[in-house]
Amino acid sequence: MNAVWLAVIISGAATVAIKGLGPVMLGGRALPPRLASVLSLLAPALLAALIAIETFGSGRHLVIDARVVGVIVAIVAVWLKAPPLVVVVLAAATTALVRAL
Amino acid sequence: MGTTAPILASVVTFAGSAQFAVASVLGAGGGVAAAVGAAVFLNSRYGPIGVSVATEFDGPVWRRLLAAQLVVDESWAIGNLEEGWDVRRVIGAGLVLYAAWVLGTALGVFFGRVLGSPERLGLDAAFPAMFVALVAPQLTSASGRKAAAIGAAVALALVPFTPPGVPVIAAAVGCLVGLRSR
Repeated sequence: MNAVWLAVIISGAATVAIKGLGPVMLGGRALPPRLASVLSLLAPALLAALIAIETFGSGRHLVIDARVVGVIVAIVAVWLKAPPLVVVVLAAATTALVRAL
Repeated sequence: MGTTAPILASVVTFAGSAQFAVASVLGAGGGVAAAVGAAVFLNSRYGPIGVSVATEFDGPVWRRLLAAQLVVDESWAIGNLEEGWDVRRVIGAGLVLYAAWVLGTALGVFFGRVLGSPERLGLDAAFPAMFVALVAPQLTSASGRKAAAIGAAVALALVPFTPPGVPVIAAAVGCLVGLRSR
């Protein structure tokens, strides 16, 4: 078995285990309200982190490039209550345009 | 990587960023351990992400384990409504994304050279833009805004110092503002 297949299989198995952990352990249970209120804030914390990294991250570096313009357009569009699909298309189109200039 | 390995990788590992990590480490001449390590770091964010929706999954263990595989950044965010989690949305979006992901990988393997780079089309800005649309309803409460601000700050601060993937897990500390604000 060569390295590519070995890496594919091991990382696949690890991913299945990581993803399954929460739902298998906690599925169908009611949590204490304090814990539930902490867990409900995982979503905004992690989403904001994903936005920040996908906007400024480039490997281990932070960069400012055409993506920033697209994401600013997205923020304005969300502010103006544009539907999500419009937001995404506007952001991608703006970024592509900035890169083409 | 040949043609079968990338497609099979998409079938068994439904987590795009980890696959890119494996491909780029192996492509750069790195070993299996380094490639797997990078993938595990990147996917470790699915620990906290899985925990955040965990209580909504029910049924026998095998069904929860299977359904949990459909949780990726995008399906998780789509199922996160203002009034709480909608697991059926997570699973539905997950199935659509999974089909598109495997099909897209196959298209890329066979037609990649014709299509050109996704950056040219601005597609790398599409995902953060979608997350902006999805996080907006979470920011109506003060604690949501605080959690988001801490999460983004922690993640950006760690990017230069940790392997990719770690900043997002560390950003989970943002949820601890829920301990105080009630």
